Amino acid sequence: MIPEIGQFALILAALLMMVQGTLPLMGAAKGISAWMVLSRRTAQGAFFFMALAMGCLIYSFIVNDFSVLNVASNSNTKLPLVYRIAASWGSHEGSIMIWVFMLGLWSCAVSIFSKHLPEEMVARVLGVMGLVGTGLLLFLLLTSNPFERIFPVPAEGRDLNPLLQDPGMVLHPPMLYMGYVGFSVAFAFAVSALLGGRLDATWARWSRPWTTLAWCFLTLGILIGSWWAYYELGWGGWWFWDPVENASLMPWLVGTALMHSLAVTEKRGTFKVWTVLLAICTFSLSLLGTFLVRSGVLTSVHAFATDPRRGMFILVLLGLVIGGSLLLFAFRAPKVGTGGTFKIVSRESALLANNLLLTVACGTVLLGTLYPLFLDALKLGKISVGPPYFEAVFVPLMVPTVFLMGVGAVARWKEAALPDLWARLRWALAVTLIVAIALPFILGRTSPMSVALLALGFALALWIITSAATGFLDRIKYVEGSFAAKLARQPRSYWGMFAAHLGVAVFIIGVTVVKGFEAERDVRMTPGDSVSVGGYSFRFEGTTDREGPNYMASRGTFELSKDDKAIRKLYPEKRKYFQFGMPMTEAAIDSGVFGDRYVSMGEPINDGKQSWSIRVYHKPFVTWIWAGCILMTLGGLLALSDRRYRVNMRRDVGLEKA
Amino acid sequence: MIKRFFLACAVAFCFNGMAVADVAPTDTDPVAQKRAMELAAKLRCLVCQNQSIADSEADLALDLRRQVREQIAAGKTDAQIISFMTDRYGDFVLYEPPVKGTTILLWVGPLLLLIAGATTMVFLLRGRNREEAASPPLTQAEQARAEALLEGRKAGNYGSNGKGK
Repeated sequence: MIPEIGQFALILAALLMMVQGTLPLMGAAKGISAWMVLSRRTAQGAFFFMALAMGCLIYSFIVNDFSVLNVASNSNTKLPLVYRIAASWGSHEGSIMIWVFMLGLWSCAVSIFSKHLPEEMVARVLGVMGLVGTGLLLFLLLTSNPFERIFPVPAEGRDLNPLLQDPGMVLHPPMLYMGYVGFSVAFAFAVSALLGGRLDATWARWSRPWTTLAWCFLTLGILIGSWWAYYELGWGGWWFWDPVENASLMPWLVGTALMHSLAVTEKRGTFKVWTVLLAICTFSLSLLGTFLVRSGVLTSVHAFATDPRRGMFILVLLGLVIGGSLLLFAFRAPKVGTGGTFKIVSRESALLANNLLLTVACGTVLLGTLYPLFLDALKLGKISVGPPYFEAVFVPLMVPTVFLMGVGAVARWKEAALPDLWARLRWALAVTLIVAIALPFILGRTSPMSVALLALGFALALWIITSAATGFLDRIKYVEGSFAAKLARQPRSYWGMFAAHLGVAVFIIGVTVVKGFEAERDVRMTPGDSVSVGGYSFRFEGTTDREGPNYMASRGTFELSKDDKAIRKLYPEKRKYFQFGMPMTEAAIDSGVFGDRYVSMGEPINDGKQSWSIRVYHKPFVTWIWAGCILMTLGGLLALSDRRYRVNMRRDVGLEKA
Repeated sequence: MIKRFFLACAVAFCFNGMAVADVAPTDTDPVAQKRAMELAAKLRCLVCQNQSIADSEADLALDLRRQVREQIAAGKTDAQIISFMTDRYGDFVLYEPPVKGTTILLWVGPLLLLIAGATTMVFLLRGRNREEAASPPLTQAEQARAEALLEGRKAGNYGSNGKGK
């Protein structure tokens, strides 16, 4: 009964989205306000039914309704409750479902927080979102029905992929999809602006907070995914350049460019065409990411769906959305004015150059991700494109990006004089260079290669910090009052930028130190053996068997010590899930601000002495990588909470009423 | 031997390594160990989904890791070890694709993108500045206009900088 309600709710949501995607758009084109006002109600209605359907699906998972194919193939009575809930979005059907659910959530949010927008704009924005939603819902209903029943009903379901039985699974996909789908709002605003021919600073101001919020979710989603891979996969890496990771990185890179470009459009009225193009690209890449992961064209750790029919459907949808919006762009963009001018040396130029670099970086990731697929499809041989390639091409692009990031935050709008910039930044540059070159030697590195790489990483991080400090001192120089008053006078959007940029610096420090100083050992250990890495010693005390809800585990006990002083015990596990043949590794991590001690169990060795192959790692500063991402997210949220948006919103409402 | 191993692994699932071939002894030379792990990180485990042989615990990965260590101990260079691997398994085993006819676009692509992007941008901006330079109010004498054009962007930029209306 419940699955049928879910099914009907899904169909009703699809019908409402069809109305949302057609009548308001036509109404806006013909000026029929009765059609336009439908947009808000249909968006809210569609969201209601999507939420109902999502609730029914989650309910079916909670009560183990194995007559639903989706539940039977992805859940199990022994699966703990929280993972049964998470299993609702663990499958292919479920993840598309949560995608559309998020779309409904975002359009509902737009319908509520758009009181200050002209009716025509709201109708167009929600209309575009309705069209996208219709496409995805048809995909769901026609090729991947999450409520499909089976008969006879199996007594027990297959289990959820053990890799996914983790707290990361509960948070990672919803966050990531909130980000992916959130960019649909920026996309819808851009398309409506093109349709309405009203591309100006107000348009940028309206779509800015939505874009920033989506970017925050995406950053958080990627961060959780990276952290999850770090502790769950058991080999201590935090980014693998896996195609699925790349699929989430691409919208992030272009989304970052979009966020900055929108700032210029709002403040200076320029870059309009470019901003619109970025908005279209960001969402297109989000869709492409969904296609790459869901169609099964990639076979990697994450891709667990394979069905060419589905692939074709998404490909066509992708073609319609991207092709349609680019076509519209090609027709309408030339009519858009250019806006304020600026000199070659100016904040606009620095931002534009960085936009270009971020876009090229994204193009590079796209090239590296799709190249092997094309070669394979054209029967030109099978190759692998992995971390060595991406690091070789990505880092050279990021070096100038980070350099310009420092300059851009300090340079004046419109026209900045080089001598003036030099005078303001020379101290930052001097400090950066001296400290960055000295630091590797102080830390005891002498080989030229290692010193060069460390110095580069430190220089980038220090440059961000010192240039941000310079910008900060410049800002408070002419403000009256005490130091505290000076701080209080800075708007939140400034603090947002400050925090986000510092987040990048913290991230770079983490990456640099981990790369430069991490140590690992891959050893055979018999109970009683010790191995030391990075100044820490791990003593293996043996294994015990432990029964989990749906698995059997061999749990190792390790004593972690430094300088013969015991710190704590670590309990890594090797798990065998009943429904799956493959053993899973649960690493044990002693995490700290300045580094992690990480131990994971390999395989038992048949030597009669209960030996195991064990991996131990010392990962200095690895947590800084994620701390940096959290700072970036906080920066985004701070910028969002800026007074300007609230005041403007109120002013707009006031104008409407007047 | 290796072929047989490979087949055995391909049949069994990637992670299914009950009988472990070999594990590094605790007393290896740390320099050689580090080199071995760096090399292993560049080689793909062919029976896994997307893992390097350094990360994987599959039998094939363990075997190839041992191969790498043995060859390092035998004094082989990195290039020799890599060509040993590609001779056996093809380019697919390398995470860093070799530069050749079919991969040239992959390697020069990023540079081409950057050049194309930068050129387009400079071209557009110059065109835009020229447009701006050409659009000061017509009340000026033609000579002044010509001068403004000759002087380049400087004159034009101060001409109009409205908020895009």
